Amino acid sequence: MKPSRLTLCGNWILERFPLTNLWNEHMAHYYAPKNFNFWYFFGSLALLVLVNQFLTGILLTMNYKPDAKLAFDSVEYIMRDVNWGWLVRYMHSTGASAFFIVVYLHMFRGLLYGSFKHPRELIWIFGMLLFVALMAEAFMGYLLPWGQMSYWGAQVIISLFSAIPVVGDELSLWVRGDYVVSDATLNRFFAFHVIAVPLVLVLLVFLHIVALHEVGSNNPDGLDLKKIKQTGRRKSDEEEEEKILRGNNPDLKIMDSIPFHPYYTVKDLVGVAVFLLFFATVIFFMPEMGGYFLEHANFIPADPMKTPEHIAPVWYFTPFYAILRAIPDKFAGVIGMGGAIVVLFLLPWLDRSKVRSIRYRGGIYKKALLLFVISFLALGYLGTQPATPTATTFARIFTVIYFGFFLLMPLYTRWEKSKPLPKHLTYQPSLEERLPALIDTFHEVTVLKQVQLQDGTVVNKRRPNARGILNVITRLAIKLKKSLD
Amino acid sequence: MKNFITLFLLLALSGGVQASQGVELQEADIDLTDNASLQRGAKHFVTYCLGCHSIKHIRYLRIAQDINVDQKKMLNDIAPEGASIYDQLHSAMNAHDAEKWFGTQPPDLSLIARSRGADWLYSYLKGFYTDKTRPYGVNNIVFEDVGMPNPLWQLQGQQKPTYKTVDGQKSIDKLVLEEHGTISEKEFDQVVNDLVNFLVYVGEPMQLERKSMGKYVIFFILMLLVLSYLLKKEYWKDVH
Repeated sequence: MKPSRLTLCGNWILERFPLTNLWNEHMAHYYAPKNFNFWYFFGSLALLVLVNQFLTGILLTMNYKPDAKLAFDSVEYIMRDVNWGWLVRYMHSTGASAFFIVVYLHMFRGLLYGSFKHPRELIWIFGMLLFVALMAEAFMGYLLPWGQMSYWGAQVIISLFSAIPVVGDELSLWVRGDYVVSDATLNRFFAFHVIAVPLVLVLLVFLHIVALHEVGSNNPDGLDLKKIKQTGRRKSDEEEEEKILRGNNPDLKIMDSIPFHPYYTVKDLVGVAVFLLFFATVIFFMPEMGGYFLEHANFIPADPMKTPEHIAPVWYFTPFYAILRAIPDKFAGVIGMGGAIVVLFLLPWLDRSKVRSIRYRGGIYKKALLLFVISFLALGYLGTQPATPTATTFARIFTVIYFGFFLLMPLYTRWEKSKPLPKHLTYQPSLEERLPALIDTFHEVTVLKQVQLQDGTVVNKRRPNARGILNVITRLAIKLKKSLD
Repeated sequence: MKNFITLFLLLALSGGVQASQGVELQEADIDLTDNASLQRGAKHFVTYCLGCHSIKHIRYLRIAQDINVDQKKMLNDIAPEGASIYDQLHSAMNAHDAEKWFGTQPPDLSLIARSRGADWLYSYLKGFYTDKTRPYGVNNIVFEDVGMPNPLWQLQGQQKPTYKTVDGQKSIDKLVLEEHGTISEKEFDQVVNDLVNFLVYVGEPMQLERKSMGKYVIFFILMLLVLSYLLKKEYWKDVH
């Protein structure tokens, strides 16, 4: 049979470009542990949101004007007069918040299962660099609509540079390109937001994934599934052998692992659908998200003469903003805010525990992590609120807990007694398998009662059952206490 | 783990952060499908507001199409004399005069409903009361010392405040009608509500379209979810 023209064309490329190898190495023959759970969706979702931001961002730049006189009106022009402009803009603005939700959950997964520990330190470092680049991207993007909150948020944050001794004032002047945030600032932020930082992001995503695929994915049990070769580069005959083992005989695989494609591509597709469900709900029904995703004050054009009574950054920066405000001295505050991010970089070396996963760690780490999550959320909330004396006191307490979690980690992770690791990956019931139990719980907390309707007919309706609720709460409390030991 | 998610969602979903300055706002009855109300609102806006405030981000044509008025009627009944259907709602007052008369240029109202909220606008427009110390003889219970006269005073009449003392601090309890206007209180509420309804519409003219489209998108994604779930189940059958 004569090969078709398309096949010939394909072969022509394959003879010159290692597409098959690339695909196999990173998808079809990339073996991933088979017990990935809920927390493992957020890596691929972050990639999805990144693509969303790129596409919608490119469309937005086609009508946006990076000019202090035109910027605000051009955004409204996009919202009203450009075909589908409102959808593109809401996808971009909601995407920004979604990016941080997804990335925070992705990072939290790392904390849960010790994904930052040996040998994945470099993945974590690349990830943290990504996080910093993402914050820069979001911060500069937020100036572009040129609303009151854009303007004054940027004013406050850039002025933080001036707290640095000696060079501070010059530095903030250099960043702004003017004595106040102005057209010059808007233009350079546009340049950074649209091309410079996105390039960095793409490069870092590439490095993050290449580094991950070199050492392999972690798993919820934190077990080592294959020995990493010490020599660095694999020997070619070994590589050949492995290729044959992996590729041609699907029964021979790395312990407890399955090829990323098709297993995790189809699984991530489910995650994508669920994510899109939330994403579309926000875009179509609550694009402002109660003033958290699009702040009310940002619907007023930037006015350098009128300071808003309450300046707060967008929600994803508020934990760090709260730390900044909690520290009385401005320069110390800046150090504290920066330090809150720097300590995250050090995590692989702060953690001295022998095991990776929270499942086999001792109780101290679990309690510490719980405290950390509470303090992070509380700081996030406090950052959106005006700084009253009580709020500041609370912010200080939570700041201490935030840093305590990291800085005391070398001590408490060394003390604690970890549990023995299993030989194989363990298996925990998925959400769908838990469904019957959930239905049972529902039956337990409700009771069927005869209710008389207004027109006199009597029907059976479910009403809350106090005794059942109490039982369930006690059970949950006992379970929670047990899981924290 | 579930607790963390719940906490996170609670944080993300908890209500708005709009400051109301301690005054309890009255609820506006917003219904953007009510074209009659929007038409009345547009007319009231042109009559009572357009003298000072623009809505530069919308044109008469767009309003006519959206609230189902034909273009002739729009020009004859609603738009000011001499306006073209393609004009934006620009105020005739120039910036120089505005600064002279009011000290500042009255803000464009294109997005006022999005920055202030419908209830705030409703309460604000009903919140003027006589105050001899102010340059226009009125103050506002929602926006203290606002530099704006009450444009609806003929309709509403004059309100005066009654005071209460809490913890030794005197504050306004409520406003009572001192002098009746040309229409009844109920009719006046309707006028203000129509105006606010119109302002909510111009704040985001595509919002009805957005919501109705959203239903189809959600339905599509649900289908995608079901299919991708079945696909996943099929593929994962052999994973033990």
